[in-house]
This record gives sequence, C-alpha cells and structure tokens, in this order.
Amino acid sequence: MAGIPHDHYEPKTGIEKWLHERLPVVSLVYDTLMIPTPKNLNWMWIWGIVLTFCLALQIVTGIILVMHYTPHVDLAFDSVEHIMRDVNGGWAFRYLHANGASLFFIAVYAHMFRGLYYGSYKAPREITWIVGMLIYLMMMATGFLGYVLPWGQMSFWGATVITGLFGAIPGVGGILQEWLLGGPAVDNATLNRFFSLHYLLPFVIVGLVAVHIWAFHTTGNNNPTGVEVRRKSKAEAAKDTVPFWPYYVIKDLFALVVILVIFMAVVGFMPNYLGHPDNYIPANALVTPAHIVPEWYYLPFYAILRAITFDVLFLDAKFLGVLAMFGAIAVMALAPWTDTSPVRSGRYRPMFKVAFWVLGFDFMLLMWCGAQPAEGLIPLISLLGAIYWFAYFLVILPVLGWTEKTLPVPETIEADFDAHYPPKSGSAK
Amino acid sequence: MKKLLLSAAVAFSMATTAIAGGGEDTHIEDFDFSFEGPFGKFDQYQLQRGMQVYTEVCSACHGLRHVAFRTLGDEGGPHLDADTVKAYAANFDVYDKELDEDRSAKPSDKFPGSALDNAPDLSLMAKARAGFHGPNGLGINQIVKGMGGAEYIASILTGYTGEEKEEAGTTLYKNTAFPGGWIAMAPPLEDEAVEFADGHKNDLHHMSEDVSAFLMWTAEPKMMARQRIGLLSVGMLLLFGVLLYLTNKKLWRDIKRKG
Repeated sequence: MAGIPHDHYEPKTGIEKWLHERLPVVSLVYDTLMIPTPKNLNWMWIWGIVLTFCLALQIVTGIILVMHYTPHVDLAFDSVEHIMRDVNGGWAFRYLHANGASLFFIAVYAHMFRGLYYGSYKAPREITWIVGMLIYLMMMATGFLGYVLPWGQMSFWGATVITGLFGAIPGVGGILQEWLLGGPAVDNATLNRFFSLHYLLPFVIVGLVAVHIWAFHTTGNNNPTGVEVRRKSKAEAAKDTVPFWPYYVIKDLFALVVILVIFMAVVGFMPNYLGHPDNYIPANALVTPAHIVPEWYYLPFYAILRAITFDVLFLDAKFLGVLAMFGAIAVMALAPWTDTSPVRSGRYRPMFKVAFWVLGFDFMLLMWCGAQPAEGLIPLISLLGAIYWFAYFLVILPVLGWTEKTLPVPETIEADFDAHYPPKSGSAK
Repeated sequence: MKKLLLSAAVAFSMATTAIAGGGEDTHIEDFDFSFEGPFGKFDQYQLQRGMQVYTEVCSACHGLRHVAFRTLGDEGGPHLDADTVKAYAANFDVYDKELDEDRSAKPSDKFPGSALDNAPDLSLMAKARAGFHGPNGLGINQIVKGMGGAEYIASILTGYTGEEKEEAGTTLYKNTAFPGGWIAMAPPLEDEAVEFADGHKNDLHHMSEDVSAFLMWTAEPKMMARQRIGLLSVGMLLLFGVLLYLTNKKLWRDIKRKG
C-alpha cells in the first residue's frame, strides 16, 4: 500500500498465519485502525466518526421501522401512527430515525465546510472529495425518498414538487417524470418505488463510504496546516503522526458522545422541532398546502432553485432553476481544479478566509430564504446568494490562487505541533 | 356532500396557509401547561377532565381514530382503571368488519372517526398544528415558551369574538387564533358547558385548557416515557462523556507534553 510508512500486521501464531495466507482480514482491520494520523488534527476532524455513526444509526433504526411500516397509500400514514402508539419503543425508533437524518446532514455540512476551509479537496485527495460529493448526493436522494414514506401532506406535495423538477427538462421532461412516478401523478406506484429505493440507497452509501475511506487512507489525512506528513522513513513519519487507535478513536468517541447529548435532548424533549407539522395531516391530493417547504437540509439549494424567476432565450425559468440547483452542487465537485492556490490550508490565506466565511454566511442566508415564501425581497436575496455561491467556486477560487499573498506555512506538522505544545527543556522528546 | 368536502378543504388550506406563513394575523395565547419543558408531566386529572369535555362536546362531530380505548388506562395518560375504560368504551359504537355491523366498542377498539365530514380527526391535531414557529419562522417561541399545538387548540376555543358572516351558504365565525380569521366551526364551548365531577372550575378558559391537554396526550401518548428516556440518556451520555474526556486527556498527555 502506498502512503505513510508504518508497521504492518505480522501474523505470529499458527492460526493467524493460516488465516492470513487465505484471507488477510486481520491485517486489513489492523492497518486501518493503526494508520498514522497527523497529530495536529483539530476538533473539525471528528465529523467522519459522527457520519459513520449516523449511517449505522439510520440503517439499524430503519430496518426496525420497516418491520412495522406498510408502503401503501391507504395504510402508510396509519402504519406510522401504529409504530408511534402500539409498537414497543416504536416512537423512539421513529424519532431517532427522523432526527438522525438531521444530525446526518448537520455532520455532513460541517465535514464539507471543513474540507473547503482546509483545502482537503486539493491534490492528491480529489478522488476522496468526488466520492464524498457522490455520498452527499445519495444522502440527499435518500432523505427525500424517506420523507415521502409517512405519506403526510408534506410527503405528498414534496414528492410532487421535486419530481416536477425533472418534468421541467425540455423535451424528455414529461416522460422522465412519469417514469420516476410510475404513473401520471404521485400515487401508490410512487410510494412503492420510493420505499424500495429508500431501502437500497443507504447500502450504496455504505459502499461509497468504504471507497471514501480507502481513498484517504491511501493519501493520508489532510490536517489543519495542509502540510503533508513526511514519509521518507518510518521514523520521520512517526514524528508527524500518531496511530489512529487509540488516540483518535478515543478523541472522536468523546466528541461523538458530546454531540449525542444534544441529539438525545432533541429526541427526548423536542423531537418534532425540525419536522413540519403538516406531515401529521394525511396526504390529500385535493388540498395543496399554501407553502410547500422541503426539510431544512435542502433549503439552501431549494432557495437557489427558486432564485431564477426569469426566462433566458428559449429556456424557461423553472428549467434554469433546476440547472442552477444541480449546478450549485456540481461546482463544489470542481473545487479541486478551480482552486489554483499552491497553499492548501485556509489558515495561511488571509483573503481566502474572508471569501470562505462569506460563503458560510451565504449558505445560512440561502437556508433562511428557502424557508420563506417566495415573495417580496426573498427571490432577489436568493439570486444574490446564488450568484455568490457560483462566483466563489468559479471565480474567487481561481483568481485568489493567482493574486493572493499567503502567509508562511510551517515546515512540518511536527513544527506546528511543537509551536502549540512546546517540548519541555531537557525532556527526552 | 360536495359542499361539505369543499368547506373542509377550505378550512384545511386556510389553516395550512397561516401555519406556513407564521400566522402573523393570528393570536396564539401562551398557556402554561403542566407538560411543557423537559421535566413537564401530564396532569392525569386534567387529562380526565379534558376527556370529559371531548366526550360531551367535541365527539359529537370530531373523531379520534388513531387512539385505542385501552390506552386510556396507560400510565402517563388519563390512567383510568380497567373497569372504567371498559364502561367508557361501551358508550361508543364502532363498525365491526367481521359482523359487518355496528356494535358497542371494547377497550381493544379505537375511537370512532369524525361523525361530520368536514370536522377533522383530532388524534393528531396538537401535532399537526404545532407550527407557529414564530417569530420569523425561527421557532423561538417553541423553545423559550414551550408553545405548541395545545396552545393553538386552546387559543381557537377561547378565540371567538362573537361575530358571524355568511359565505357561499356557510356560516363563518370570527376567531382571533384561526388563520384567516374566520372559522367554519361554531363556538363549541361556553362557560359551564360541562360539569366536572371533581368540582374543578368549568369556565371557558379552564375547559379549553383541559381539553387541549387531553388532545396533546392523544397526539403524543408516549410523551412522558419519551421525556423520561430522554433525561436518562442525556444523563448517562454526560457521564460517559466525562469518562471519555478524562481518558482522552490522559491518553494525549505525553504526546502534548503536559505530563
């Protein structure tokens, strides 16, 4: 394996050797857990564990929920209430699952913005970044499909609006939409296929997560300095790193538990806070809610979708909105190539820092806009927000890379670490 | 029939309008319910009084189709004894699929649905109307004041001004809590509409409070179990967190040269 030199697993006893020659599974686990990890990682490097936990939580609670859920338009809503009232602990599994989705997205956004700030997407970690973007897209799809299953008003009308986006594609849109829905409108066929896909996609995500981890275990982790671990010799590498186990396992677990304290407080005391009350009204094709809002984690992109209110040449506003929405995600995937700066970490880039925090603010602003009715100043603010989003990835990142005067970058990770934790005079290390 | 459906649709869409828009033109009073906050509890006797209001007034038009009679005996609910539940259930007629006819209800049955087509089922009302996430959709009222669907229901019941108007053959009643200001439901409660066995005050305000508490329970019957488990898991995770913090600190001490 390429990457940072470190001790590998050596089978010692007879049975270990026997197994190792046939299936090196112990070696795989050992090398994964003992991987040398930069010793200067800060608290923004904990989100990977939180995300792994979320994926496991969603799969486990989801499998249990499926045992009691009925995917049929006449029965789905009542079967969810059956879970809430009659199934032992059913309310707990459902609230864990519904709020688990929110935690999943909080964690993924933190993880992505961490990557954007510290330049984790840059060479040689482009594949890790791209696979991460695919995971994020799969998460968006899975979350959307899952929200349809309780078959409440927002489930039904959310499904109608989102599949309608595909209908906006010129030419093939109508056929595509009908194919997605399994009929001319959102109905039982839609619910059934959404249920099937909602069960399938998490396992696709599991596969992508394995590739994601494989990729960054090949390149090694990025770190707050953006300086690579020295890898000429094992001794040199050891000065920059600590093994993942136990140092980061314990640190990440501690962070996970702190986050779970907040999570369980939400589940225990305000489990419907992040949901929409309309979804406790059974789906009704004859009554359109006045204001259809997606779940909070789609709001920034929903705002970009609604920001385009004008036609351009032969393309109508709705289709342009769809392009803008998917484009906003696509430009993120381009970051490894549009960012031209030789300095990886935002820590040493004063101008970039400003642009980055404006992007963070832009994201929150768009999220708020997405929740508001599209009237008054909201479309204009959304449009400005959308323009900045695209400008950041397509203009600011390349231009800053050429023009920005960066701060001095530490020679090594060890030097950065020693600056924070100075070696004691006279001590051995 | 069509007209009824239509007015139900109008009522529904009007309700959802204001919920989504934050209901700027409506007034929701902040009631002080016993079940608010992480340590809140349902008041068993209040739930029983609310159940009486529901039985004598609301159930004439509205239903509770998700609620099983047996759950009236559950802890964390009205907590009636088994005989009372049995006798209470027998007051209701339910349709039996096997007999293909109506019979009096047993504890294992659920409450009947709404008798009137345009009267929404009340099982989940307290959660379906939880949404005045004010101000500006930020949900601060819900966090700070504990405001939710129970407040909405109580505000509707106390929000009638006495004005009426005719629209497309339907009488609408002015209501300060209802989105749009005009509701199709005639004022259901008035002072002393119900006589409580325990002699509790039966003015409009108190009855509204009691029935709203009962409907909060029908919408979220496992609330007390949920809060208990929430508290327990937060406590245990905090303890686990402290242990992990100390472990982590000790683990890194040599690396960070703090030893």
